[in-house]
Amino acid sequence: MIILDNVHYSYDGIYTALRGVSLQIDAGELVAIMGNNGAGKTTLIKHFNGLLRPQKGHVFIKGQDTAKMSVAEISRIVGLVFQNPDHQLFLESCRKEVEFSLKSLGYPSNEITERCNTTLERLGLADLAERSPFTLSGGERKRVALASVLATGPQVLALDEPTIGQDARQKERLAEMLFEMNREGRTVIVVTHDIEFVINYFPRTIAMSDGRIIADGPTTSVLSNDDVIQKCSLTYPQMTQAVRALSEMFDGVSVRQTSVNDIVETIIKIVGGR
Amino acid sequence: MGLIRFDNFSFKYYGTEKLALNKVSLTIDRGEYVVITGPSGCGKTTLCRAINALIPQFHRGYIGGHVYVNGMDTREHGVSDFASLVGMVFQNPENQLVTLNVEKELAFGPENLGVEPVEIRRRIEEIIDLLDLKSLREKHPHEMSGGEQQRVAMAAALSLKPEILVADEPTSNLDPQSAEKILEIIAYLNKEKGMTVVLVEHRLDLVAKDATRVILMDKGQIVVDGPPREVLVKDICHEIGVGVPKAVEVYRELIERGIRLPGVPLTGQELATLVQEVAE
Repeated sequence: MIILDNVHYSYDGIYTALRGVSLQIDAGELVAIMGNNGAGKTTLIKHFNGLLRPQKGHVFIKGQDTAKMSVAEISRIVGLVFQNPDHQLFLESCRKEVEFSLKSLGYPSNEITERCNTTLERLGLADLAERSPFTLSGGERKRVALASVLATGPQVLALDEPTIGQDARQKERLAEMLFEMNREGRTVIVVTHDIEFVINYFPRTIAMSDGRIIADGPTTSVLSNDDVIQKCSLTYPQMTQAVRALSEMFDGVSVRQTSVNDIVETIIKIVGGR
Repeated sequence: MGLIRFDNFSFKYYGTEKLALNKVSLTIDRGEYVVITGPSGCGKTTLCRAINALIPQFHRGYIGGHVYVNGMDTREHGVSDFASLVGMVFQNPENQLVTLNVEKELAFGPENLGVEPVEIRRRIEEIIDLLDLKSLREKHPHEMSGGEQQRVAMAAALSLKPEILVADEPTSNLDPQSAEKILEIIAYLNKEKGMTVVLVEHRLDLVAKDATRVILMDKGQIVVDGPPREVLVKDICHEIGVGVPKAVEVYRELIERGIRLPGVPLTGQELATLVQEVAE
């Protein structure tokens, strides 16, 4: 679906954001991209929908070189949601914001209304449909930006930091929605620092540092590598920290468990067996 | 008479129908570290804006009640009167970065308050050092990544040497290690320098351990207010969708299963230590 071949990109000729990135993402994959601040994650996904074109190397979307495609063509295939919702919201109501992207892709009007309503509902925005995005909170605006792209049902969905400003419940809802879109065969790519979100929901992780990919594979193996954790400036989630501490105190504690339930069982074994 | 006092304060933004804050009464004393949390849209950002007088001086709307900061009524004093008292870090760092490079950004606040140039120079160096911004010194804020912008916004707020730091999700764009570093600095300034902290955050696993107090908001009102270890074990956290630290979830689940740890853990390490106490 998406192939990058030795992609280089520099914003001003001095500061190099991507230094030779090659990757392949197949149709229907669910992929997380992690990396430290300034690693080049946002620059990378802007190449997925043609907002940026490689200065060296090639990007292929469904076999076509993006150098020969317009942003309009690519955006029918790849929907991108920015990190900062204020970069994409500009209309006077949430409904209009979502309708705009559907209209610009040429959906018939009855389908526009239906898709708009379903998406607003699923993202917990139904009550806010007529409000101006600029009167909403940061977390709510973020969801409006998501809605405007999710509604169009692109084959590839690339989201830059979608969990920012979201409370626990909204995060679960978002994950459910991404899953559902993925089950329909869509490719979902998420840039995030949220390691628990990735461990819970994403089978594949691409780790970036300093403009390069430093690891790419199953999430559990990529994120159990101390070197990756350090270079990507991540921290282990609380439950991993807890089992690591417990395994130093007690014999027979496996450090691979990550869920609350696993830890509860482990603790019951420890204190029950005293 | 606390350092910050909300007296039955309500606010509704111009052009909206619902109250963003609904009769909030709240006193925050000098030296406290208060974490504000709650579902998105519950009024957290509005509360922050009310502390440095952006509400009602900049954002217009319906107002009821009063907010006093260091004894000054925010209805009667302009934003500039609070500038050196309350340092504010906004949710979206781009909205507050105004100059062409980091040094100018850090000098901007103190210059406008008439701080001596020698002192400004000293502060800039101190803060660049404290927040590890050396590599960004000459960079234009709009060429920075979201996370870098956020560190600069924090630095600019601290360059005013505020008595109160109000920070609205100040680490949301940061990678976890950078977030941890910033939060360590905030905790240090709170504990060692007595800076009062009001911090909005969803990710309580990061901040609960530093806080002296957690305030839970829902629909423009304060629903729970107390020490983190008391607030986070309450059922209401789950009911309104607040993500409590996983260590607290384990604590609660263990009670269900008949095991009561001698304290409420807020971190993975605390959890392990408490289990060790019980096992011995």
